[in-house]
Amino acid sequence: MIGLLAFYLFATLTIASALSVIFSRNPVHSVLWLIVAFFNAAGLMLLVGAEFIAMLLVIVYVGAVAVLFLFVVMMLDVDFASLRRGFTQNLPFGIIIALVLLAEIVVAVSAWHAGPTLSGRPIAASPATPNIVALGQLLYSRYLFPFEIAGLILLVAMIGAIVLTHRRRGDTRTPKVSRQLRRRPQDATRLTQPGVGEGVKL
Amino acid sequence: MISLAHYLTVAAILFTIGVLGIFLNRRNVILMLMAIELILLAVNINLVAFSAYLGDLTGQVLAMFVLTVAAAEAAIGLAILVIFFRRRGSIAVDDVNRMRG
Repeated sequence: MIGLLAFYLFATLTIASALSVIFSRNPVHSVLWLIVAFFNAAGLMLLVGAEFIAMLLVIVYVGAVAVLFLFVVMMLDVDFASLRRGFTQNLPFGIIIALVLLAEIVVAVSAWHAGPTLSGRPIAASPATPNIVALGQLLYSRYLFPFEIAGLILLVAMIGAIVLTHRRRGDTRTPKVSRQLRRRPQDATRLTQPGVGEGVKL
Repeated sequence: MISLAHYLTVAAILFTIGVLGIFLNRRNVILMLMAIELILLAVNINLVAFSAYLGDLTGQVLAMFVLTVAAAEAAIGLAILVIFFRRRGSIAVDDVNRMRG
């Protein structure tokens, strides 16, 4: 009973905050609503026992992606009011598209015939091994190669983002490595033995 | 009793909201990226729900990969957005097609 109540709470809040994301006037508010949506979706995933994915959602999305969005929204000095132009003009078309899509999903789901393993089964009670242990065993044995590929994708994304946004400034003085390496000790230093009171001539 | 249909309904509504967001905010790339994140979130909810109700963890592994790709996509998309803004001083995507070469 409490589970059902929690489900409806999380589901309603997820959908309401998702609607606020796309309808709010201020993009900063949109990002904040996105954070709310992700928190509630993490709650939804907790309810079916996917603890690791729920925590990952909070850490990755709220901790990294949403902050990245917030950073970009605040860094770019964009006139967001002018970007709202065409919103009402696109509204009927967008709503028609969305309704058609929703109707298609509903038709597909209702036409879909649930197999015997799926039909109306309740959430599995907490199994013997914890979720994260089972997930880790699967990830490091059967899905090791896709896991490594995922790491590679993140590396490519990191390098790509750095390369794209890196700006080479013209007014900095960087050391010229080739000139430094060409310099020999005999060009640079000279040993002299000046007499008393004479000093060194440069 | 929470059934699979509950989760599928939530995910379907979330997916539709994401698509609607892309259509409504045709000029604002940041909001389009956020709508894509919502769509991917709906996909993740579907994957996790199926994984829980089938008792098979593969869905959760796949949800993790979707999460990875979504994070990479957000990073690259925002980087492109930043250089686009630097060059043109606006993020209206209506005139993106002028960026040739």
